[in-house]
Amino acid sequence: MSVTTTSHTPTLQERLRGKGGHADRSFRGVVYVSGFVVLAVLALIALTMFDKSRAALSHMGLDFFTSKRWNPPGEQYGVLSYIWGTVYTSVIALVLAVPVSLGIAIYITQVAPNWLRKVMTYVIDLLAVVPSVVFGLWGILVFAPHVLGFYKWLSRTFDGWPVLGNIFGPNPQGRTFFTAGIILAIMIIPIIVSISREVMETTPQTEKEAALGLGATKWEMITGAVLPHSRGGLVGAVMLGLGRAMGETIAVALVIGSATGQITLNALTSGNSMPAVITAEWGEADTLKKSALIAMAMTLFVMTIVVNMTATAVVNRSQKRMGVR
Amino acid sequence: MTSDTHLPDQEVTMTMDDAPAAGGAAPAAPAVFDLRSLEVYYGQFRAVRDVSMEINRQEITAFIGPSGCGKTTVLRSLNRMNDEVPSAKVGGLVLYHGADLYAPGVSVTEVRRRIGMVFQRPNPFPKSIYDNVAFGPRVNGIKSRSELDGIVEESLKGAALWDEVKDRLKSSALGMSGGQQQRLCIARAIAVKPDVILMDEPCSALDPIATARIEDLMQEIKSEYTIVIVTHNMQQAARVSDRVAFFTTEINPESDRRTGVMVEYDDTKKIFSNPSDERTEAYVTGRFG
Ligand SMILES: Nc1ncnc2c1ncn2[C@@H]1O[C@H](COP(=O)(O)OP(=O)(O)OP(=O)(O)O)[C@@H](O)[C@H]1O
Ligand SMILES: [Mg+2]
Repeated sequence: MSVTTTSHTPTLQERLRGKGGHADRSFRGVVYVSGFVVLAVLALIALTMFDKSRAALSHMGLDFFTSKRWNPPGEQYGVLSYIWGTVYTSVIALVLAVPVSLGIAIYITQVAPNWLRKVMTYVIDLLAVVPSVVFGLWGILVFAPHVLGFYKWLSRTFDGWPVLGNIFGPNPQGRTFFTAGIILAIMIIPIIVSISREVMETTPQTEKEAALGLGATKWEMITGAVLPHSRGGLVGAVMLGLGRAMGETIAVALVIGSATGQITLNALTSGNSMPAVITAEWGEADTLKKSALIAMAMTLFVMTIVVNMTATAVVNRSQKRMGVR
Repeated sequence: MTSDTHLPDQEVTMTMDDAPAAGGAAPAAPAVFDLRSLEVYYGQFRAVRDVSMEINRQEITAFIGPSGCGKTTVLRSLNRMNDEVPSAKVGGLVLYHGADLYAPGVSVTEVRRRIGMVFQRPNPFPKSIYDNVAFGPRVNGIKSRSELDGIVEESLKGAALWDEVKDRLKSSALGMSGGQQQRLCIARAIAVKPDVILMDEPCSALDPIATARIEDLMQEIKSEYTIVIVTHNMQQAARVSDRVAFFTTEINPESDRRTGVMVEYDDTKKIFSNPSDERTEAYVTGRFG
């Protein structure tokens, strides 16, 4: 019968092929397809943006990036001051947020007793998902009105100092680069803490004990074993925070003061940032202005990609040097 | 048990400087460690009880016994590494050159600078070879580059590693073989010039050749250091050690609780040729169930 013809005893070679090959193949298929979809969407976004921004870019030429004159009625679209606003507020946010975040992450993972560790982890993870408009409103309603006295003090104290004197310049206002930077810092601290904490927790106990066994104090153990082990992940955490700070729209729009053409080290003056301008001005924009706003969005997009690629390169290099990979 | 990791140096009340330096003649106190009824709990679980022994200077003392009998636990209580396990509690007395290691005010960092440790798995830091060896001296306050260079070279030579790595001191320690990494960990331990080196199965991840090198190394450095080694390798214990402590697990028939105990502690020759306890004999002759 036909049964006898199909049921030959499988050879060892055939049995070694094993089962699950089919599942493996379909899983690989799913992964490939999703990877492709992501890339396709990204490419589509880039293409559309490039296409829609062409009008403004050919109208302005290189002036689009090098001029700080943003004057829609006169059809002048120079974004330099908004690039500056984005970069400056993000840098302020990082300078404020990174030390605080690393401190909190180190405290949670290495120092805090078990129960406090759990509570703090929970609270921080909760803060990481608070909508940014809440921070923005808090900034405009609570923070900005009360901070002026502090700014005046900063301005007075650092008057005449080399760099800090320029950063904390004269005649401070409430809604400024610095206010935006502070609000951004508060927003990205939970993100950086959350990731740094997870990275630091992966430090093997034996590496920590190796340091302690040499007579290291807890602090020396952290700088000697935990931080080197976590370096790559910490850079990633900071970059994620930076990405969020650069792209943040509503919170910044509310507290930065919306002033055009401001390119200054003085952090205590009003300015504006790219995402804030885009949302604020999209509504009443004509075709050319819309095109300029899209070109601005594309600029931001490219900047975040460059930041991310640099971060990846830094991480890879440090890992290769340390032989981690 | 309270850990005094944060205690600054000035507050150290223990005067371990009174302890004789390695190599100095002090026949009055040949014992480096004097354990009196040591017991260690993990939470409610008593892992070992009633360990009383003296560990002599400039000798190699081996801990042997079946898995889970508490060898690592006892070893780690000798430099207060058990402090890092939150549930661990140590009872009894651990005297180090006569000083109570668990007395209040004793700084664990001071203890561990004198009593170094080499772990079962090689655990170099993800740093360069040089920075691994220099880590200990640096935390001990040595900053001068030339002094560090000297210590690194001397320690790597001491660990029989210098010739293999002298041209790539700046490259990552993680790029070395397992055997090299373990010798690096030994170099790192001797770089702080400890009085004692504790080794927990230092060769269990190594091939016979690397093992032989580390055994030779132990023989070479034993004139300067007191060594306590945990090993599952009976030949190794017989080859390298001067004295052997045999541990096993006792089961209380009523409560069904298991506890580690030290059965016998004697000269290596005696343990392997003519042990006093039949459990020791069963274990060293391979008839252990
Ligand atoms: N961190 C810990 N928490 C709870 N129990 C532990 C811990 N470490 C060890 N124990 C328990 O204490 C007992 C002794 O363990 P220990 O590691 O000292 O044994 P060992 O003799 O070193 O064994 P091995 O030869 O397998 O390394 C075991 O029952 C073990 O389960
Ligand atoms: Mg063990």
